[in-house]
Amino acid sequence: MYLGRVIGRVVATQRLPGLLGEKLLIVQPLDEKGETAGESVVACDVVDSGLGDVVHVCDGRESSMALRDPFVPVDATIVGHVEEFEHAEPAGAGGETRTGRE
Amino acid sequence: MFIGKVVGTVVSSIKDPKVAALKFQVVQELDERNRPRNKYVVAADTIGAGQGDLVLFSQGSSARQTTLTDGRPIDAAIFAVIDSWDVNDELVYQKEGLERLGRSPAED
Repeated sequence: MYLGRVIGRVVATQRLPGLLGEKLLIVQPLDEKGETAGESVVACDVVDSGLGDVVHVCDGRESSMALRDPFVPVDATIVGHVEEFEHAEPAGAGGETRTGRE
Repeated sequence: MFIGKVVGTVVSSIKDPKVAALKFQVVQELDERNRPRNKYVVAADTIGAGQGDLVLFSQGSSARQTTLTDGRPIDAAIFAVIDSWDVNDELVYQKEGLERLGRSPAED
């Protein structure tokens, strides 16, 4: 799993029947400091996320287990909202706390 | 999952019988601003996407979780055709023919 920020929404009416009603969002992955890291992905959402929310995303085959129909070709699902996360510097330089919502 | 554009069809007459009934398409990956990334995949089409369609595809073992690809050597599958998407409440892409509905998803 990794952290990400919701940056957009995807509308797709022509889809596999098992995916009907699942919400699709665009997520920008974040690194351990909360900075933008890597390429955006499209993920299903089961926790009613909205634009700007910091979330954690489950990727891989396991991600479909969170959906109503687990037998769907989904490889990323938003499974939780992040209120806060901590990141401690390795050299003891002091950790920092980031809040999920800005 | 990623957004991609169907840019070609794969024709192969010699292939494993397990994938003989599947349609394979060449998909150019796109970023959230509708710009091509320097990546493409060959994906099994489970939804009937056409040339030029913008689609969603998944990769890895998830791609086998459809009735068409179950138990078959498939690691990428197209499962939806995109109507539109928006980033930061700005419409980035809308499929041709949907404009006349006069409504963008950002207005929901």
